[in-house]
Amino acid sequence: MTPADVVRRIGFYTLLCLVFASFVLPMLWLVSVPFDAKPSLSVSVPDFTLGNFETLADNPSAYKSLLNSVIISAGSMVLVVSLAALGAYALSRVRIRGRDALLYALLLLSSIVTGTAAIVPLYILLDELQLLDSHTGVVLAMSGGLLPAALFILKDFMDTTPRSYEESARVFGASPLRILVDVVVPIARPGLATIAVWTVVQVWGNFLIPFIAYNDPDRFPAAVRMFTFYTEAGQPNLLLISAFSLAYAIPVIAMYLFVSARYGFRFHGGIKH
Amino acid sequence: MRTTRGLVGTILAGTLIVASCVGGDDEDPAGGDAERNADAESYTLRVMSNAALGEGAKNAEEAMWITEYVIPEFEAAQEAEGIDVTVEFVERGVDDDDYKNKLALDMGAEEAADVIAIDGIWVGEFAAAQEIAPLDDTVGADEVSAWEGWDQIPDTIASLMEFDGDRYGVPAGTDGRVIYYRKDLFQQAGLPADWQPTSWQEILDAAEALGELPGVTPMQLNAGTAMTEATTMQGFLPLLNGTGVELYADGKWQGATPEVVEVLEMYATVYSGGLGDPNLQKTVKGRDDSFLKFADGEIGMLIESDYFWRDVVNPRTGVAPMDNRDDVVGWALIPAQEPGSGIEGKDFLSLSGGGGWVVNPDTEYPQQAWDFLTFMLSKEALLERLANEPQVSPRTDVNDELLRNDPHLAFIADEVLPITDFRPALEEYTDVSLFIQEATLDVVNGADPAEAAQTYEEKLIERVGEDAVVTGSG
Amino acid sequence: MALAEPVEAAPPGPTASTDAAGLGRARAWLFVAPGLVLVAIFLVFPALWTIYLGTTNYELLGERKVSPEFVGLDNYTDTLADPEFHDSVVKTLLFVFGSALVGQMCLGFAIAWMLRTAGVWVRRTVETVVLMAWILPGSIVGFLWYAFLSEDDGTLNAILPVGDSAWLVEHPMWSIVIFNTWRGTAFSMLLFTAALATVPPSQLETARLSGAGGWQQLRDVVLPNIRGHILTNALLISLWTFNDFTPFLITGGEGSEILPIYIYKTALTGQQQLGLASAVSLIVLLINLVVALAYLAMLRRRRVR
Repeated sequence: MTPADVVRRIGFYTLLCLVFASFVLPMLWLVSVPFDAKPSLSVSVPDFTLGNFETLADNPSAYKSLLNSVIISAGSMVLVVSLAALGAYALSRVRIRGRDALLYALLLLSSIVTGTAAIVPLYILLDELQLLDSHTGVVLAMSGGLLPAALFILKDFMDTTPRSYEESARVFGASPLRILVDVVVPIARPGLATIAVWTVVQVWGNFLIPFIAYNDPDRFPAAVRMFTFYTEAGQPNLLLISAFSLAYAIPVIAMYLFVSARYGFRFHGGIKH
Repeated sequence: MRTTRGLVGTILAGTLIVASCVGGDDEDPAGGDAERNADAESYTLRVMSNAALGEGAKNAEEAMWITEYVIPEFEAAQEAEGIDVTVEFVERGVDDDDYKNKLALDMGAEEAADVIAIDGIWVGEFAAAQEIAPLDDTVGADEVSAWEGWDQIPDTIASLMEFDGDRYGVPAGTDGRVIYYRKDLFQQAGLPADWQPTSWQEILDAAEALGELPGVTPMQLNAGTAMTEATTMQGFLPLLNGTGVELYADGKWQGATPEVVEVLEMYATVYSGGLGDPNLQKTVKGRDDSFLKFADGEIGMLIESDYFWRDVVNPRTGVAPMDNRDDVVGWALIPAQEPGSGIEGKDFLSLSGGGGWVVNPDTEYPQQAWDFLTFMLSKEALLERLANEPQVSPRTDVNDELLRNDPHLAFIADEVLPITDFRPALEEYTDVSLFIQEATLDVVNGADPAEAAQTYEEKLIERVGEDAVVTGSG
Repeated sequence: MALAEPVEAAPPGPTASTDAAGLGRARAWLFVAPGLVLVAIFLVFPALWTIYLGTTNYELLGERKVSPEFVGLDNYTDTLADPEFHDSVVKTLLFVFGSALVGQMCLGFAIAWMLRTAGVWVRRTVETVVLMAWILPGSIVGFLWYAFLSEDDGTLNAILPVGDSAWLVEHPMWSIVIFNTWRGTAFSMLLFTAALATVPPSQLETARLSGAGGWQQLRDVVLPNIRGHILTNALLISLWTFNDFTPFLITGGEGSEILPIYIYKTALTGQQQLGLASAVSLIVLLINLVVALAYLAMLRRRRVR
């Protein structure tokens, strides 16, 4: 390598280090404050303790709420991924007139339904369908809002996957559903994994819909529970909030790492794997 | 063509199906016979307040008191009379505004609990939306007035839960606002440890003295929209009352009157004069930060409600605990602009708020709900509730016994409550409060107080109509 | 496994799609139906209802809850005349342009480009860290960025050699732009990583052999190939950023009243005018529509060529 190459290489890695650092720095709070006996709203070297997590455990609903989060996230993920897989495949392979207009229209409408203005219609809808205060209701409501984007992304993904395998399978007499499940899904796994992770992330962090839908506080997911760790007039109880933040963040991080290691994580077909 | 229509058709069909299910449910006006189910031998009640169980959770003590004392006692007492009761506590514990919005949704769908805690300032809005009804209508005038508790609750405090002359609920507690100051910083600045200002100028003088100390922000006067109601209640209103006018009187709201401008000028003096930290008023967690700073000795004076003393800097349970709170934190009444210039000629002012309990007019068991409510507010129950962390209760008998050993809260109950004022429980109040917050924010950002007052008046007129405003020129 | 045929960078959107599995229209319908039903009930219906609410003066509490009136287009005219709304639109456009189009896309692309030639472990580490920013729930991120940007004891101020600034207060728009860039770069990075992988190596090789430097390869080979992907990405993240409420958790909306915050304030604070807020939501949707159409026009033009 020439000296110029060396310099370039060093510059390259320095740049990557800067990128790395700029992403990590804001996250320092999450790794220092939960272990701090005197937590504050800023980052400092912690007065190390695991006590905050114990205090959290004393709270009967803290960890339970994480379970609720898992339930609704998993439920939504399954629903969204399966419906999106079916729908995106069909929309990608078959020319249905108006499909694009439809997709775009749905995508646009989803912005209304995920905003604050729609809470009354959503609430009344769930009430009339007897789905208030139920995990099912929340899963359905959130999946509905997330499906258009999932379809959009997945269809895009499937558009760029080669059809040769499907054609061969068809030659061998497999039914379309079979083809979808046995041929397409394995190829589209990274895309499906992406939708899955994306769905879980959206549901995991969503406060508004679970808040308006649930009555029984035992069903609150972590996103809602977190807001109970404030005092009477709205001061955050940092001991609990910091520990809970970490506990709240870990499952979703773990899930991503797992999925990414197992299935890969990409938005487009690409044929290289 | 066919398929496009087909696609659209499917969606519309689905929509129409659902639409037909979601019929226009005409909401029955709240209420009904007050005596219904009065003789029920077995029933369930649901109680809700903005409290959550678990250590460190919001209002955890209240949640625990309800689930571990009130409900078991009540159920046992009813059992003794042969009635089978189950009372459920519905936890919440979120931000007050979120609680209110969710309650509005629940009441609209008739899903709300039977006995509900609400903030006194919401009574107007809920009443206008017909979600709550006067106690006399829901429970019956005779039963309501027969309760012994009314003798123990001063009229002013009972008025917290009144609207348009009717009692909608029973107050659960109240508070008072004073100036908290750090005696140690005062000593360093050469100010008396037993400080009691008698005019705004004296506050400013003390602030100037504190300004000499390095690393100390002299005072914290709540401003801006980030602190929401805390700005209005702890900052603006006590000052306004100190100029001799109330925000709302005789059917009219104060517009850009000279008094309002004077209050805004006070804000300008504080924030442009370096006596307060403007940035704290603008950040999202500014109020939390100001508490932490006071606890750390970086702020000299704060005007706050006694919540600050008993909850925030409480050495045992506070979120910004001060071990030396009792030695180092002093308190003083908020003075009028000049002695005697306050409303009704007062020398000192305060504001109080508080919430209370209402009976859901749609409840199946109004009599029983009322029984439960009055049990919660009985002397024994309140003493049990407040034994570990005293607070000013609505009842004088409870206060006399409970606060004997707590000099600060006794001070609030004895000295502050008699001079305190309350916010108007009108539907429009929340908006007017927002306009006030915005006006203070403008001033903190450097706007001229008279101009900020003008802008405030314009918004006010748009909201309540010109006839309901005392304008700057009139 | 060897490639069966060289892949031309397939443009996204309506391609000359072939029904490789022999689905047929009928079965395609069947596949799409369950999703459509879900969407019809839980998305289309509430959305249409919300749009209807936009023509009333419905409020969450108070008299107008019990007896809302039909006000026709008043909400729309009021909003369009409101200077705070104009301000909000401008701020939102700046926010979307700065954090999504410039920030996330450029940074995402840059990272994807650089990581092509980095070792496996370097790639994994950087990708993971960038993704963490995207995955963490919003309420946590609010605390993280407050801790990062606050005036005293903020991490950024601690690191920068220049004096302490009150970032959130004095530079709220910059704060949320940088914040959102941090937050959402992951999506663009992943998308571009995949897109870059579809660039035919043969074309890159040809370019290199004819003496084209890095920049020229980028401009002449890579970008034309992934142009479609760039546009779809831009479309999605623009729409998402337009409707993103998370910056509220950092600045409380002060100095940074983007449209989602404007809607929130109208709907749930003060008078709680849900009718008005619904109208604003529709206006925002129409703005999004214009944006989407612009992107689609660019996409279509590309393919005609």
